[in-house]
Amino acid sequence: MTPGPNSGGQVKRPSLDRLLATKSIAIFCGPGGVGKTSVAAASAAVAAARLGGKVLVVTVDPAKRLADALGLSALGNLERPVPAERLKAAGLEVRDAAPSGGHPPTPGLWAAMLDTKQSWDDLVLRHARDEETAYRILENRLYHNITARFVQSHDYIAMERLHEIHAEGGYDLIVVDTPPTRNALDFLEAPERMADFFGSRLLRWLTMPYRVGGKRGARMVNLASKPFYQVADRILGGQFLEDIGEFFLNFQTMYEGFVTRARSVEALLHDRRTTFVVVSTLEAAPLREAEFFISELSARKLHLGAVVLNKTLPDYFLGEAGDAAARALVADPGPAVEAAAGAVPGLDPATAARVLATIGESFLNFEVAAKREAELRGELGRLPAPVLRVPAFEEDIHDLRGLARLGECLFA
Amino acid sequence: MALLAAQQGRQVLLVSADGRGDIAAFFEKRPVGFRPEVVFPGLSAMAMDTEASLQEYLRLNLRIPLPGRVGPLAKMFDFVANAAPGVKEILTVGKICWEVREAIEGRAKWDLVVVDAAATGHIVAQLGAPQAIEELVTVGPVKTQTGWMGDLLADPAVTALNVVTTPEEMPVHETIELVGKVRQTLPVPLGAVVVNRVLPELFTHADEVAFEALRQPAAVAALGGVVGPGIGDVLTAADLAVTLRRTRAQHLTRLRGAVELPLLYLPELFIRAQGMRVTRMVADSLGEELGL
Repeated sequence: MTPGPNSGGQVKRPSLDRLLATKSIAIFCGPGGVGKTSVAAASAAVAAARLGGKVLVVTVDPAKRLADALGLSALGNLERPVPAERLKAAGLEVRDAAPSGGHPPTPGLWAAMLDTKQSWDDLVLRHARDEETAYRILENRLYHNITARFVQSHDYIAMERLHEIHAEGGYDLIVVDTPPTRNALDFLEAPERMADFFGSRLLRWLTMPYRVGGKRGARMVNLASKPFYQVADRILGGQFLEDIGEFFLNFQTMYEGFVTRARSVEALLHDRRTTFVVVSTLEAAPLREAEFFISELSARKLHLGAVVLNKTLPDYFLGEAGDAAARALVADPGPAVEAAAGAVPGLDPATAARVLATIGESFLNFEVAAKREAELRGELGRLPAPVLRVPAFEEDIHDLRGLARLGECLFA
Repeated sequence: MALLAAQQGRQVLLVSADGRGDIAAFFEKRPVGFRPEVVFPGLSAMAMDTEASLQEYLRLNLRIPLPGRVGPLAKMFDFVANAAPGVKEILTVGKICWEVREAIEGRAKWDLVVVDAAATGHIVAQLGAPQAIEELVTVGPVKTQTGWMGDLLADPAVTALNVVTTPEEMPVHETIELVGKVRQTLPVPLGAVVVNRVLPELFTHADEVAFEALRQPAAVAALGGVVGPGIGDVLTAADLAVTLRRTRAQHLTRLRGAVELPLLYLPELFIRAQGMRVTRMVADSLGEELGL
């Protein structure tokens, strides 16, 4: 048994109930290694059970974490329902009643994993002028490398896919677990950067030799005198430049569609139905990153819905009673051993003394850590959103039951 | 690791690959930039800056005079970096390899370059950048450039990729996945797995039996009479500590069996301090693990 972090308090515990009942997109973000995926999945699972409706959790994490957490072996780009029996077995019975509104909801929890390569391919097929152009892009070596190997392309495609799913209108709530970015802002900036990029004069400049030459494979002799091409040619080699040129020439035919798209993805992030939940632990480095992220959300006028502090130590470590008992045991376990010997027949005094001193010491150790956490929490200051705490569970969250348990801490 | 090596008398360069200058805070110093700065005797630190790395590359390799002639370099950089997303990776790896080669050829003083590299999800792309670029670019100076980088990264006498993890389920899972992926796709040699924040073992088996007995209501009441009502919290806390340790031990067993690499263990630190004091403690533990 782990007592809740706020056990005994009369003050109403902050929760995600209201937030997730009123928003249709909740983007969970924060530094890596804080249990973001578990928190997102737990929020989605409990939202589906408590609030009803059709809830999707989509993870864009290449490490396939959510697949593990949800016990699904193959999460693809396709959204799949998490079987109701499994949810029920974990104590997450989905409410039958429709929440409200006219459309017939298919209640339940759905899950999807972002397949970056597949999503890019779909995007190209959708926006290319014709099939031939589409296939020329899909077969370009540069395209293959960009989409398959380089991680930054996750950021944009994650937001793009979110837009896609949202536009289809199949869900009451979409919970997004964001990719662990080097810079948490990368994915916020991705749509904007994408639009800027395709609209940039530089792109036109670089692809000019190809557009002047008309067909692909055209040489850039006529531009050899321009320093930019000279430099680019010397650094990258002519063949590579030709690949880039061809790629972007073809890609540019998708310009209109792409930019419009990127703009609406950006608008979606600003939509009043979209909210951001920042997840962190109470450790110095992650918390600093989380704070930075919170300030950036505010600077961009994006909605901060809640802050979830995960894996926090229970409050009893800060209590005076525990501290006094632990200190007494560490100072001299003798009297305690004597007292216990009367209650426990056959107790070996030496073993008992060692055990009692050890648990006293262990308590004081964790107390130091708990105080450190409390201090950091104090430094967090006043936030315009509820701050929730999730206790450190003695077991890892690896199944639906674990998600249900975690989720209980997030809902009233 | 960098501090330990410096304490052993080596000349060390510590690189923060994600460009975090605050890596210097571990040595109680102000944030560092692209230019290495001494943060401890024998130890210099720098934060990666891909644009500065490009400028340096152009200046050193192509003898291209700075900005002026090529127009707004920053803009061009932004463009190229966005156009071919491998560019940032190659400039990061390239700068690091450059420092290593300079040291090997006697032009830089480093005995060891320690890199705080990208996170699990990014590291394969980052270290694989020379390979990827090499496949794309068939001729030209970039081809030659990526060639020697790949050679350095693949040389077990030069490079070791060390994975740092904690004994929790997800980090262990990711470590196993990463090690497998590196073995499959990168020619980069693996060094060790460092397991951070290992909880102390509280009890022997006999202790555990006694602990269970002491948790019986009659015993708790008797103990409470002596040390006060807080005994309940102390016992609950001990149970949490024991269970946490036990769960983590299972993950460690799984890790040991799966990675086939040396494992180094660093203890969970129950202290309030940050900065240099913590860095020293971790370096000490690391030294003990390595038998130094």
